Amino acid sequence: MSDPLLVIHDLMAGYGEGTVLEAINLTIPPGRNTAIVGANACGKSTLLRTLSRLLAPERGKVLLDGHSIHRLPARRLAQQLGLLPQSPIAPEGITVLDLVSRGRHPHQGPFARWSAADEAAVAEALEATATTDLAGRTVEALSGGQRQRVWIAMALAQQTNILLLDEPTTFLDINHQIEVLDLLTDLNRERGTTIVMVLHDLNLAARYADVLVAMAKGRVYGLGAPEEVLTEQMVQEVFGLESRIMEDPVTGKPMMIPLGRHV
Amino acid sequence: MTDPSSCVIARLARIRRERATRRWRVLAILLACLLAGAALTLMLGQSSTALVTVLRVLGGADVPGAGFIVRELRLPRAVISILTGVCFGLGGVAFQTMLRNPLASPDIIGISTGASAAAVFAIVVLAMSGPAVSIVAVVAGLSVALLIYLLSWRHGVTGARLILVGIGLAAMLQSFTAYLLTRAPSWTLQEALRWMTGSVNGVQLEQALPLFVALLFFGGLLFSRSRDLEALRLGDDTAAGLGVRLTATRVSIIVSAVGLISFATAVAGPIAFVAFLAGPIAARLAGRNGSLLAPSAIVGALLVLLSDYAGQFLLPARYPVGIVTGVLGAPYLVYLLIRDNKSGDAL
Repeated sequence: MSDPLLVIHDLMAGYGEGTVLEAINLTIPPGRNTAIVGANACGKSTLLRTLSRLLAPERGKVLLDGHSIHRLPARRLAQQLGLLPQSPIAPEGITVLDLVSRGRHPHQGPFARWSAADEAAVAEALEATATTDLAGRTVEALSGGQRQRVWIAMALAQQTNILLLDEPTTFLDINHQIEVLDLLTDLNRERGTTIVMVLHDLNLAARYADVLVAMAKGRVYGLGAPEEVLTEQMVQEVFGLESRIMEDPVTGKPMMIPLGRHV
Repeated sequence: MTDPSSCVIARLARIRRERATRRWRVLAILLACLLAGAALTLMLGQSSTALVTVLRVLGGADVPGAGFIVRELRLPRAVISILTGVCFGLGGVAFQTMLRNPLASPDIIGISTGASAAAVFAIVVLAMSGPAVSIVAVVAGLSVALLIYLLSWRHGVTGARLILVGIGLAAMLQSFTAYLLTRAPSWTLQEALRWMTGSVNGVQLEQALPLFVALLFFGGLLFSRSRDLEALRLGDDTAAGLGVRLTATRVSIIVSAVGLISFATAVAGPIAFVAFLAGPIAARLAGRNGSLLAPSAIVGALLVLLSDYAGQFLLPARYPVGIVTGVLGAPYLVYLLIRDNKSGDAL
């Protein structure tokens, strides 16, 4: 299967009054791990919502392999593009197995029976996220990190080539943040899943993403490898923060050290 | 990624089998209770009739003495109780699941009240009767649903605002019904109570057929959306990400739930709290891992059937079914309000 191509063309979008996104042109690098960074309210979540069709654009298009995603049948789109929203709701009393199984929704008709392929996809998703042993537990009994792995398992069971994640590491301890980002990197490397995630932490973004998209005021400020995008000038102009960029002694990636008033 | 081993798949299959077994067992027990309840209400009343006699009467035999009591008095009551209970149970759990809030039941947010007010208006002012009343009730139910939706719209609709608006509308519609009833001097207290709290007094077997057809149609529509409804429990964004067409799904769920509620209300009035209680009771019994539609339907039927029986024969005076279900539902409503207020959300 060739890598899916997600292209954003002259996109304008927002919520009623006040456009949040203005004239975005962007091609998501297929088969890569892309992180979208930017200050609060710069439009990064809005961009992700438009990419996943939760929000209709006011102007412009989002094309998946040349077809506008806003014209594709919902089920077809959901077979190719998975989404993990910022705060998904785990219904009271639901078990891990049941939650992950719901990832099969776009592959099933209204009365279709549960198939061997469905079961294999769920088993694979549980294995990949190391949540098989949790299958019979209820989701609310899990820790934050386990819960996030279960949600990713649900998105995996959907078996899409593209996975969009809105701040998948928020509210997690640092060890769980690393665990989740490692898992996403595994997916990207071993399955070739195209990953697009909104991240808050610049250093984690620079470390894990192949491509950084820096956004400011509803526009794309810069796009490229972390070494090109994460510069002192970018941090100054996008976040309004003085900083030094050093080389991460472990990974060799750029690392941002903020300069506050007390340095 | 490694291929999932067959032992993992076998493990998942075992968990699933245990789930399914439990689910079917609960459904089977509920159905058995419903059958037993129906048999009870057909056999025992002011006088008792043997089961054999009941079966003979149902089979068409003319048994002197028992025939009239069973066929004309008890059977219509049991059939209408079960049908309206199923309608209320399904309509209630559909709304509660879609809006992810047990308070979002059609009898709390004014849809049953609207259907009831319209039915009274059709009967008292327009002098209508029969299926026409049901049509008016359905149209009114849908209009109230639309009105609630529009009034609570502000950059989208949140569950809490919708519930508050609905409770307000319900109060207004309730007083409108009361006003209409006072303007109709020929009405008996029993009839008034039907339209205020719900009753199956004096129902006829002919009323069952249109109700049954409505149940097949709207219930079928609802069951065809069962999987989408389940996906909505994960939140609107996640559901959309899974390929659920939000607007189309919401519209079919609202239309089918309002249809069920309105048809049932046009026959028996807004039987208090059945829609509100059926879903949570079914969830307690059947667990939260599958669709609650089927168990809620049976729980709704049981609630109406047994509450009506209790209201007729087990309490010191005779009460319409809505009074009994009201007494059952009110404490749960208070409990939910207290619990949700403790958790800090305004609803």
